[in-house]
Amino acid sequence: MTTSGAGGASMDTERRLRSDHVIVTEGLGRDFLVGSRLRRTRVTAVTDVTLDVARGEAVGFLGPNGAGKSTTIKMLTGVLVPSAGSARVCGLDPVRERRTLARRIGVVFGQRSQLWWDLPLAESFALHGAIHRVPPARHRERLDECVELLDMAAFLTTPVRQLSLGQRMRGEVTAALLHTPELLVLDEPTIGLDLASKERLRTFLSAVNARGDVTLLLTTHDLPDVERLCRRVVVIDRGRVLVDDGLDALRRRFAGHRTLVVEPVTPAAPPAALPGVVAVTAEAQGLRWRLEFDSTTTAAELIADVARRVDIRDVHVDEPTIEALMRTLYTR
Amino acid sequence: MSSRIRSQLAYPASFALDLTAQVIGQCIELVAILVVFTQVSSLGGFDRHEVVLMYGLAATAFGLADLAVGQIQELPTYIRTGELDVLLLRPLGTLPQLLCADVSLKRLGRVGAGVAVLGYAAATAGIDWTPARVLLALTTPLVGAVILAAIWVAANTVSFWLVDGREVANSVTYGSSFSTSYPITVYGPWLRRVLCFAVPGAFVAYFPALALLGRADPLGFPDFLQWSSPLVAVGAVGAAALIWRTGIRRYQGTGS
Repeated sequence: MTTSGAGGASMDTERRLRSDHVIVTEGLGRDFLVGSRLRRTRVTAVTDVTLDVARGEAVGFLGPNGAGKSTTIKMLTGVLVPSAGSARVCGLDPVRERRTLARRIGVVFGQRSQLWWDLPLAESFALHGAIHRVPPARHRERLDECVELLDMAAFLTTPVRQLSLGQRMRGEVTAALLHTPELLVLDEPTIGLDLASKERLRTFLSAVNARGDVTLLLTTHDLPDVERLCRRVVVIDRGRVLVDDGLDALRRRFAGHRTLVVEPVTPAAPPAALPGVVAVTAEAQGLRWRLEFDSTTTAAELIADVARRVDIRDVHVDEPTIEALMRTLYTR
Repeated sequence: MSSRIRSQLAYPASFALDLTAQVIGQCIELVAILVVFTQVSSLGGFDRHEVVLMYGLAATAFGLADLAVGQIQELPTYIRTGELDVLLLRPLGTLPQLLCADVSLKRLGRVGAGVAVLGYAAATAGIDWTPARVLLALTTPLVGAVILAAIWVAANTVSFWLVDGREVANSVTYGSSFSTSYPITVYGPWLRRVLCFAVPGAFVAYFPALALLGRADPLGFPDFLQWSSPLVAVGAVGAAALIWRTGIRRYQGTGS
C-alpha cells in the first residue's frame, strides 16, 4: 500500500518482502538503445519505479501510450531484464527465476494470445493445465467455475481461431487463472471489446479479486475498468511514477471540484462572488455558465443562489470524471 | 503434440505429396553427384561409392536434424511478432517450446531417402565391417544430426541481434547440409579449415566416412579425428546452448 516516491525514505527491500507483498520494486528502470548502429541513442522507457503491491490488492496501472506500462510489466514477469533497480515478485527474482515465477502468476495480454490457435478452447485449457501441472480434480473445479461465470459452455469445442474477440478474451483470462496464480497481470484486457463483453469481464475479475487470494495488476486506457476494479491507481508518464494513491483520494486531490452548469433565459454575464464558487466561465455568448464550486457549498444552495439573481432555463451538475482527472495529470 | 500430428495425417493425399516432394528433393542432390561422376572418376580423391556413402550419412543426419530442430527457422517470426513473450511466460524451457511448436512429419521423407542411400552405399562401398565400424555406421547419422542441430540453433540465434536474421541463418542451415555431402578435399583450404574447426560440418559425414572406409585422411588430419564426432557433438551442443542463452538474455534486453 505504501509508496516511497520522491522524498520518502525507501524501506529496506527485505523487510517489505516479509510484510506479505506480492510485488516489491526498488528504483526499477529500463533503457533501450534505438536507431542505427552508427547513431545509437539511449532512450529511457522506465526510470526509478518504486512500488509495493500487497496481497489481494487491485491496482490500476495507467498512463498514456509509450509511458512505460508494458515495459514495467515485462520486467515484473521476467520477459525483460531491468537495466536499473530490482524487483521481487511473489518473493522471486523475475529474470533469474522466470520459470518458477511463471507457475505463480497469470498474464493476459489483450493484444496477444496465449491459447493454441488451431485447438478447441477446451484442449487449450487442458494443455495449459498440463504445462502448469494442475491436478486434474483442481483443474476441473477451476474450469467449471470459470465456464459458468464467463458463460463459455457454448464455445468450448470451437477452435480458438474461430472465436470472437470477446469469447477469446474470456478464454485468455480463464487460462491465466487455471493454475491458481497469486498475481494476475492484465495488459489492456478489454481493448477492442464491446460494452457487454467488457462488463462481463469486469464483473468476473472483480469477483475473482473480491475473494482475496488473487492480486490484480491491470493496465488499461478504459477508465471504467479502473473504476469498477481498482481501489488504487498508479499513474506513470514518460517512465516515471506520477501518482500512486487510492482512487477516492485522487478524485479529491485532483478533481475535487464539481461544476454547476447554468443556462440563463437571456444572455448575461455570470454572477460574480457567489459563496463557494472558485471559478466562473461563460460560453455560448453568455447563454451557458460554468460555475466550479468546492465543498463549502452544495449544489442545491448554489442553484438557489443563482435562481435568486436570474431566470434559469436549465441547470445540471457535472461530476468530476476520472477522464478529467487523467487529463489533469497527463498535462501537468 | 499428438493433435499436431493428427492434423497432418488428416489429409492423407496432401501428406503423401509433401512426403514425395521431400524424397524427390533429396534424390535430386544425389542425381547431381552421380552426374558429376559420369564425367570424372574421382572427386577430391574419392570414388563414386565413397562419395555416395558420405552423402548418405550427411543426408540422414540432415533429415533427422531437420525433424528435430527444423522449427528453429520460425524464431525470427516469433521475435518480430513478440510471440516469444508468450513462450517466456510459460514455466517451460523456451527452446523446447519453440522446437515442439510444430512437428513436420513430411520431414520423415528426407530421413527415409537418406537411410535408403546410406544402406545402398554401405553395401557397395567395400567396407571391411568390424563391430566398431557397425556401431559407427549406426551412430554417425545421430551424432551428425546433433552437430547439425547445434549449428542451426546457433545460427538462428543471430535473429536476436539482427531484425531479420533469417537469410544468414538459412545460408548456414542449407549451406551446412550441402557442404557436408561432399568430401572436404573438394574445397579450398580456407573453407576446409572452417568446416573442420569453426562450423564442424566435416564431423557429420567426412571424418566418420574415412573411418568406415579405413582410409587415412588425404589432407593429413590425424586419424583420431575420424572417431571423434561424438565429442565434437558434445562441444557443439555446449557452444549452441551458450549462444542461445546469450541470445535470450539479449532479447530480454530489446524491444518493447
